Amino acid sequence: MGLGQTIRNSQLWKSIFRHPAPLDRRNRIVVMLTNFFLHLHPVSIKKQGIALSYTWCMGGVTFFLFLVETVTGVMLMFYYRPTTEWAYRDIMSLTDVTSLGIMRELHRWGAHAMVITVWLHMYRVFLTGSYKPPREFNWVVGVILLVLTLLLSFTGYLLPWDQLAIWAITVGSNMARATPILGHEGPGQQLLTLGGVDLITNMSDARYVLLGAREVSNETLNRFYVLHCIAIPLAVATLLAIHFWRVRKDGGISGPL
Amino acid sequence: MHGYDPAFQRAVSEFSGIYYLGAALMNAGAAYYLWQRLHKVRDALVWLAVALLFVVLAAIAQGGSPVGLPKGVQDTLNTIFTGNRGAVIFTVGTFAFLVFLYRFRTFFVRPRVAWTALNLALLYLGLSMTSRPFWEIVAKPDNIPIVALIFLLGFFTWLATYKAVQNDQRAREGLPPLEKEDSEKVLVWPDLVYTELICMLALTAILLFWAILIKAPLEQPASRADTPNPSKAPWYFLGLQEMLVYYDPWMAGVVLPTFIIIGLMALPYIDFNKLGNGYYTIEQRRFSYAMFQIGFLQLWVVLIILGTFLRGPNWNFFGPYEPWDAHKVLVLNNVNLSDYFWIDLMGTSLPKGGTVLGILKREWLGIVLLLGYLVLLPPILAATVFRKFFIKMGFIRYMIMVQLLLWMMLLPIKMVLRWTLNLKYIIAIPEWFFNF
Repeated sequence: MGLGQTIRNSQLWKSIFRHPAPLDRRNRIVVMLTNFFLHLHPVSIKKQGIALSYTWCMGGVTFFLFLVETVTGVMLMFYYRPTTEWAYRDIMSLTDVTSLGIMRELHRWGAHAMVITVWLHMYRVFLTGSYKPPREFNWVVGVILLVLTLLLSFTGYLLPWDQLAIWAITVGSNMARATPILGHEGPGQQLLTLGGVDLITNMSDARYVLLGAREVSNETLNRFYVLHCIAIPLAVATLLAIHFWRVRKDGGISGPL
Repeated sequence: MHGYDPAFQRAVSEFSGIYYLGAALMNAGAAYYLWQRLHKVRDALVWLAVALLFVVLAAIAQGGSPVGLPKGVQDTLNTIFTGNRGAVIFTVGTFAFLVFLYRFRTFFVRPRVAWTALNLALLYLGLSMTSRPFWEIVAKPDNIPIVALIFLLGFFTWLATYKAVQNDQRAREGLPPLEKEDSEKVLVWPDLVYTELICMLALTAILLFWAILIKAPLEQPASRADTPNPSKAPWYFLGLQEMLVYYDPWMAGVVLPTFIIIGLMALPYIDFNKLGNGYYTIEQRRFSYAMFQIGFLQLWVVLIILGTFLRGPNWNFFGPYEPWDAHKVLVLNNVNLSDYFWIDLMGTSLPKGGTVLGILKREWLGIVLLLGYLVLLPPILAATVFRKFFIKMGFIRYMIMVQLLLWMMLLPIKMVLRWTLNLKYIIAIPEWFFNF
């Protein structure tokens, strides 16, 4: 008996993988049904549904990039403090002091790539008309996920606390003060008054809620950090589960009827 | 303009050498494939010759002075694409180009034509890199993904159109789409699981390679006192920043983005066409295809490219080889519609805007035009060009679709009005922060 066979016959191995290796047809079906990570997939699929020239694999690539961002992001969190005093210095030491320090590179380039692949995924789904019935609602979930991807990137942009970060977020968030009715320089801003007192000022408008202050500052850094590391990833993870589940429930990957 | 800089020369030479070598390998691979798999010897020889040409370019680049786009060509392009006119030519030109590609798609999707176009694009990019202003913007680490985006979108648009053209041809012959041919079922293990594994490994390799090769940039520590010029939003929002040229922030930054998101979400509920579900086609869904491509390619991606590569200090437009000079002054004399009406047409001064009535009197023409556009146009369209849509969609669905379309079209309309009439605001009510 070879070493491989010995391992596969051990109690430990058998307690993890309850069935023989997926070498014959029966066990190839069983593995899809009994493995937690594989059970997202169907057991069999139309050949057309897995052709790369049809799917472009962009949804899968986006999901993989989300996992890469999660892993590298957790590693970066070990070294990073979201205060104006430390943020920039911590990023500096990531480059200068930390050994094998390419986590920030992986995280940044992965983030750029994820924005691109999520657009390409949407592009493919549109071009194949895959949003049509019965997949309308899953397209809506996908649009929300796309917006959340952009927000993930946007909130992460601020964290290095360098010139690029603070000014990109300043330009981006300046728009919020022009929000109709809810921004202090937006049309209809004077509609919300109480006894002659303006309710919408630069201390209470949409931009203030976003930044936690009147300008991009320490409060903003903390707010964006929490959004970036906890709030948005949790929302994305939840919606991803729904998105994948609905792919299966709506009849699997799209194809001609 | 820039003196001789050895560091820059070295960087360009090193980059060009590897870049051209990559292009050569790509063509050699294509030649090998054509020769071995498809047995097209003559085609293989052509691409082998192209590969050799790239090898020569690589060798020259390694020698220290890569071949560049002739100065005369650079200057001509800079003269055409400059100042306020440059933005107009770029925006209109890309639209005309996309329409041209669409119109003659059966020609452009031929692999031979598409491959030639790819080679020309690679050659143009390589030759342009010797220009320092071009290099400084295109080779900026954070801009590399956007260059990649252009090539990826080009490739995938070609792929989708290639398949759509085939399917449309088959539909005319009464055949089902190609995707239907492969409806045989296979087991997910191993067919899909292994593809996924290979994709993950390839992607990991690319990311690692990218991360080791190019350092993540870190600029000077944040400082409120020192505003960079230009100040740009993150790259994927540059389409919105470009809209700021034409609309105030409440429109460009809040209302239009909201409409984009709502419009995308509403898409499956307003596209009542049952054809084209689960396969590539253009002819069976021309209208939704055209509207989506105008929205996505022209009004989103093209504006991002414009904002990233061609907008410099003070958000001025700069030619592709033009140094970003912060002191360049472009005079813009934009005029409000109310000025045109009261001063130029009526020959009087603007009515006083102290009261609500005064403001309404001053801006009546713009308000009437906007209300006419948003309120009168939908029923007129329903009775004429969108007659079939209106009957099939019903009142609510039709109104939502037509409003989304009208709001999307507000951007190109305002662009054209700005370029032709220097129109600033159709409705200008700064008293209420309501400039439209």
